[in-house]
Amino acid sequence: MEAPLTRNIRPNEMPPDLKAYEKSGGYQALRKALGTMTPMEVQKEVVDSQLRGRGGAGFLTGLKWSFVPMGTESRRPKYLIVNADEMEPGTFKDRLLIEGDPHQLIEGLILSAYAIQAEIAYIFLRWAYKTAGRRLQTAIEEAQAANYLGRNILGSGYCLDVSLHTSAGRYMCGEETGLLNALEGRRAVPRAKPPYPQVCGLWGKPTVVNNVETLCNVPHIVERGATWFQRLGAGKDSGTKLFGASGRVKRPGLWELPMGTPIRDILEEYAGGMQNGYRFRGLIPGGASTDFLLETHLDTKMDFEAVTAVGSRLGTGTMIILDNRTCPVGMVANLLTFFARESCGWCTPCRDNLPWAAQTLAAIETGRGTDEDLEILAFQCRMMAPGRTFCALAPGAAEPLQSALKYFREDFQRHIDQRRCPWRQP
Amino acid sequence: MLTTEEQREIAEEVGRYPNTMAAIPEALKIAQRARGWVSDETLREVAEVLGMLPAELDAIATFYNLIFRRPVGKHVIFVCDSVSCWIMGYEDLLRHLQVKLGITMGETTRDGLFTLLPIACLGACDIAPAMMIDETLYGHLTAEKIDSILAALIHETD
Amino acid sequence: MTTIYIDNRPYEVAEGQNLLRACLSLGFNLPYFCWHPAMHSVGACRQCAVKQFKDENDTKGRIVMACMTPASEGTRISIDDPEAKAFRAGVIELLMVNHPHDCPVCDEGGECHLQDMTLMTGHTYRRYRFAKRTHRNQDLGPFVTHEMNRCIACYRCVRFYRDYAGGRDFDVFQWHNNVYFGRQSDGVLENEFSGNLVEVCPTGVFTDKTLARHYARKWDLQTAPSICVHCSVGCNTIPGERYGKLRRIRNRYNREVNGYFLCDRGRYGYEFVNGPQRIRRAMFCYQPETAAEPFGRLAAIERARVLLEPCQHVLGIGSPRASLEANFALWTLVGPDNFYRGVSAKECRLTDTAIDMMRSSDMPAPSLHDVERSDAVLVLGEDLTNTAPMLALAVRHSTLQREIDLTEKLHIHWWDDAAIRVALQQRRGPLFVATPAETKLDDVATHIYHGVPDDLVRFAQAIAEALTAPIRRPEGMSPDLTALVEKVAETLYLAQRPVIVSGVGCGSEELIRAAANIAKALGSAGRRPGLAFAFPECNSVGLGLLGGGSLEEACRVATTDRAAAVVVLENNLFRRVPEPQLRSLVDRSRHLIAIDHEENETTDFAEIVFPSASFAESDGTLVNYEGRAQRFFRVLVGAEETQESWRWIWELLPKEQQAAHAWESFDGIQADLAQTMPAFAPILQTSPRAVVRIVGQKIARQHARFSGRTAIHTDQDVRETPPPVDRDSPLTFSMEGYQRMVPLSIAPRQWAPGWNSPQALPRFQEELRSLQELDYRGQTLIARLPSEESGYFASLPPAFERRPDEWLLISLYHIFGAEELSVLAPAIAQLTPPPYLALHPDDADELGLDQDDEVEVKIGGQTLRLASRWNLSLARGVAGISVGLPGVPPLELPVWAGLKRVVSA
Ligand SMILES: Cc1cc2nc3c(=O)[nH]c(=O)nc-3n(C[C@H](O)[C@H](O)[C@H](O)COP(=O)(O)O)c2cc1C
Ligand code: SF4
Ligand code: FES
Repeated sequence: MEAPLTRNIRPNEMPPDLKAYEKSGGYQALRKALGTMTPMEVQKEVVDSQLRGRGGAGFLTGLKWSFVPMGTESRRPKYLIVNADEMEPGTFKDRLLIEGDPHQLIEGLILSAYAIQAEIAYIFLRWAYKTAGRRLQTAIEEAQAANYLGRNILGSGYCLDVSLHTSAGRYMCGEETGLLNALEGRRAVPRAKPPYPQVCGLWGKPTVVNNVETLCNVPHIVERGATWFQRLGAGKDSGTKLFGASGRVKRPGLWELPMGTPIRDILEEYAGGMQNGYRFRGLIPGGASTDFLLETHLDTKMDFEAVTAVGSRLGTGTMIILDNRTCPVGMVANLLTFFARESCGWCTPCRDNLPWAAQTLAAIETGRGTDEDLEILAFQCRMMAPGRTFCALAPGAAEPLQSALKYFREDFQRHIDQRRCPWRQP
Repeated sequence: MLTTEEQREIAEEVGRYPNTMAAIPEALKIAQRARGWVSDETLREVAEVLGMLPAELDAIATFYNLIFRRPVGKHVIFVCDSVSCWIMGYEDLLRHLQVKLGITMGETTRDGLFTLLPIACLGACDIAPAMMIDETLYGHLTAEKIDSILAALIHETD
Repeated sequence: MTTIYIDNRPYEVAEGQNLLRACLSLGFNLPYFCWHPAMHSVGACRQCAVKQFKDENDTKGRIVMACMTPASEGTRISIDDPEAKAFRAGVIELLMVNHPHDCPVCDEGGECHLQDMTLMTGHTYRRYRFAKRTHRNQDLGPFVTHEMNRCIACYRCVRFYRDYAGGRDFDVFQWHNNVYFGRQSDGVLENEFSGNLVEVCPTGVFTDKTLARHYARKWDLQTAPSICVHCSVGCNTIPGERYGKLRRIRNRYNREVNGYFLCDRGRYGYEFVNGPQRIRRAMFCYQPETAAEPFGRLAAIERARVLLEPCQHVLGIGSPRASLEANFALWTLVGPDNFYRGVSAKECRLTDTAIDMMRSSDMPAPSLHDVERSDAVLVLGEDLTNTAPMLALAVRHSTLQREIDLTEKLHIHWWDDAAIRVALQQRRGPLFVATPAETKLDDVATHIYHGVPDDLVRFAQAIAEALTAPIRRPEGMSPDLTALVEKVAETLYLAQRPVIVSGVGCGSEELIRAAANIAKALGSAGRRPGLAFAFPECNSVGLGLLGGGSLEEACRVATTDRAAAVVVLENNLFRRVPEPQLRSLVDRSRHLIAIDHEENETTDFAEIVFPSASFAESDGTLVNYEGRAQRFFRVLVGAEETQESWRWIWELLPKEQQAAHAWESFDGIQADLAQTMPAFAPILQTSPRAVVRIVGQKIARQHARFSGRTAIHTDQDVRETPPPVDRDSPLTFSMEGYQRMVPLSIAPRQWAPGWNSPQALPRFQEELRSLQELDYRGQTLIARLPSEESGYFASLPPAFERRPDEWLLISLYHIFGAEELSVLAPAIAQLTPPPYLALHPDDADELGLDQDDEVEVKIGGQTLRLASRWNLSLARGVAGISVGLPGVPPLELPVWAGLKRVVSA
């Protein structure tokens, strides 16, 4: 099985430096693109590859790029931003990619910037990723010294400046438009779309924001072609994906597998099944802001359409497992507390709803819940439905809540009726 | 007082962006680096270097959670309180930490050595429960492991 | 126009405008919070949700925010859709989660948008059962009270204060449901428009602190349409009265003038009306040098007739702060040859020149609305923020205009405020500010030039020359300045709607002429430039149009003609010309009659004083900087013997003249004025005659909900007193009368059923337009003369050169303190700085002056002692004096004078 993204990654070892990366075939795609391809040809390859964004929303990367105004008329500078903010609870894939093979990200970044003719790139890195930050900085310097970055890259006439920007901490910094505000030194509140960042983004200029993993795919697509990439997938989506699992599984971790690998395979084969003494109850498949799935859904393929079809989202592809000895109400309360704390305070249904939901869940969990609370929680999910809030944070928060209300209703009811959490010692 | 080196760094940050505003978060982080936190006094000084008003900086400083507007201890312990660590039992460890340090979340020990703060998912779910102290990430935490980490830090200061 | 469907009914609306605006204009009750008719959409509150359908077959639809969705052909939405209604009710429930529910003790109560919207959405039952979060409130100074717990986080306040008004000391702090709107720490709000927070905030976070000190509920306020008297802009206001006291001022929408906002001088200057210095009774001074005493109105009139009768001449001294009618009455009493304007010769010259320049301009003077929409502005000499504040706000707003035009290329809707600001970033302009010292507009100016008035004239002449005016180009300008001149000329030339704003503030007639030169040169090049001048007072232009000699001339006549008596109308002459010059008048105080509403040095000297009515107690016409005549109406009946100046004057007219001047009512004197001076005839169109009735009724000054009208005086008399009769207007001092919306120029309030706050207004967007068709809008009194006839002004003053032992003294202005009436309001007085003399720090050094050291200046026979201040924007060799502040005598600036440090004994 091919694993292009992680081919150089050895856990607990230093990542390949420039030499080693080049030796493994690194920067060949960049040489090929700058030497023989026009930006539009690179775009076309990515469009044909059907690569979908790995940041959570799964938007077609090539399509996103195609909205960037090209040609001499377009306003400049144009920006490419790497979204390395990774703060979605349960998600740790981008950290592995940066720490394990920083040059792969940089090569992907340069290729993507070339494709949209951006002259400036920022890597927006989460503050807590200290090791990743150090390794990226070294890699950027190496790439600069080797003229993969900077003026007239490899004699092609193309110029690109890259800087590493470290966040001051907020989940909202990961949201595409919140990120732009954060980079501009503003409060990380979202911006309305349209106008889309591709037209009016960072400092009002054309901007593309892509996730780390998305960009890491680009060198391989450019080098080996769209068809090859499409064939990597095992389901409807192309390519491979970093899937992960955390919770009470035997081997929590990350694995690069074909898109469309069934959940059961990941859970049992790679994560090693549940720890002894724990039984599987459910999972959220792609980070905190996705709906719960149950045992009956385990044969679902992990690709965008299949997971959506069973009522959840692929999200970041890193699943969090709920076991039988963990209280589902407690888990949802924990999730909602996170979302309430991270709401930026801009729109009403998020700012004022989430703290109330978190308080209500905490009350139920500690035995102070009422029957009316369940109605209130259902109402709150409706208030946070997509389109009703300003950005996707609150709809994301509603997903685990609404599915928990659906799947674990009796657990909620037991808390209310018994006036205590059945999982806690009386 | 901001050192000349810090002022130079801030000025350099300003030069990296099309406008001064963009340099605010980084300028605050530079000021925080040596002091641990940003006092009103420091805020005013940074504002002066940037040619902005303290209020304008504070609007940003109070939005982000890694800019501290209150004093913190020598070491800041960030305990991950997100879902995977919660499943893996971080609450018990937190209790242990609190008893051990004699403080609750958000407080600083009397000796000014430790501040305990919650943090959202550290991206260490595979090694949950996890915490971060200063620049170091610790995973697979147990009560014993926490004890030895703290002991080492205390030892280092002595 | 385009057709949209609201709940399956077709409506015609303007294409591309947002659906919220469209729905409100059509009279729908669609709730909202973050949208504001002047600040437009950001989509934050989510209150204006409606259901949008793809086409008539779509039954599912999706919820969208009306304020963020453009109207296009065939757009289908539902306001009544159950899901949309439930969502809107939910939003209110969420907004109220932390709200203290303290309406009974809240100053906003009864005119609170949050109250209205809560009722409108039907949220009545509270489900939230946890602790509410609480905030600490701040002391924001004398104007605005802060109660953060009532906040619903609509972000309007920061958007107004920072984005719209350019303030920087106010912001949003913290995050999630803990967001906090205020200053970084307690302290006076620095922005001159801070009072608008009171109207912009949809709930009781920001309320009027001056109102709180003599509080009355909104529905208990008697209100009438009025005009601000504190500068020459002429903003439209709604003063509110209760128990004979003026309680507050609110904005009255006038699209052409102030739109939705007021400045703080205008909003908070009103308290002079209630002040202890008010004159309420006719006074007589038995002996020179002693205080006047009440005399009884009839006795006083008799006495005045006796005083005036033997005089061969009665000199009448008018006033730029009195209405046209009052000035005309005096003019009638004394005759054209004996009418003087009551301002210095210099001010007469400046005003006349500016009016002449407006007359010869090809275009009518631009309204604030025109200035706002200008795509290139040049400010010449005037510190607008301090002399004509709302004009400054309009100029500030204009700096977005050119760029908003550019954003059309990005397909951003004009109402998409956040997107526009993202697209523009810090880009503003073009705005060129050329003034003697720094101004608060400098922060949005694309280019700034500081120079003494003469240098500004040279600068302006150079621009005119660059625009091919046949005049001499100033020599010896630096390459930088020459480049700037070229840049200004080019930018103005290329603009679609260029505006030049100057004024009398620099004290330079040449500057006024040079500004007009630029406009003229642009006009000859086929452009249509706007030319605006700021004037010193609310009726400077009206008085200028009426004509008459200067105060100095009156003094001269008084010296030679010992038999002359003097009648002074609403004017403190001691603010006009230096005291020594007034001697001749003052020395003959036994021949001085003053009619005024405030005690001042002049009334102190008068033998007889008649208590006139302030703007709040009178009807009248004021002419603003554009030459726009606007009518104001009485909001309360003057106490005791108070009555309009023109009524007093009528009583002083010889009997036979009284018959000829049928002034029983305001309509009478207006008709007389229009007939006597046809140039003023348009004022008859500024308001309906007093006999006008709407469906048989007068317009009620009191709200339908006015409480206890019949019991209001029961502490004195249990009989129900009939309301005072108003012979002067179609308004009545009662709640019995027409209550619904009338044209805004005669509207005592802006109200609609269910909409009790200032937010009622946007509901009438469409209606407003039709109402305005038949509105008694302000009428311009400035008739234009063909421009070919007047040639270019060619003179060029020499460039400024420092003198060894002398400084060029220039005027510096203050919004708070430099105006005669508003400074009597305690809130304004509190922010008035002590008088000072500003210098470049290097000059101060040379003189051995520290900040606040005392410095002595000798000007025109007067010796002043002022505190010294540093001002880096002043050129060396120039000193600025804070003119108009209490303690600073009238000065004729610019002038050269020596400075001396005062060594304390
Ligand atoms: C609240 C919120 C947080 C997000 N955080 C991240 C993040 O940390 N990293 C990321 O790549 N995308 C994040 N996203 C998704 C981004 O908005 C955006 O879709 C993504 O960066 C686009 O990249 P892609 O097209 O390559 O997936 C977040 C979205 C939301 C609503
Ligand atoms: S203070 Fe008032 S204006 Fe500001 S956000 Fe709160 S409710 Fe809105
Ligand atoms: S008014 Fe439309 S979202 Fe606030």
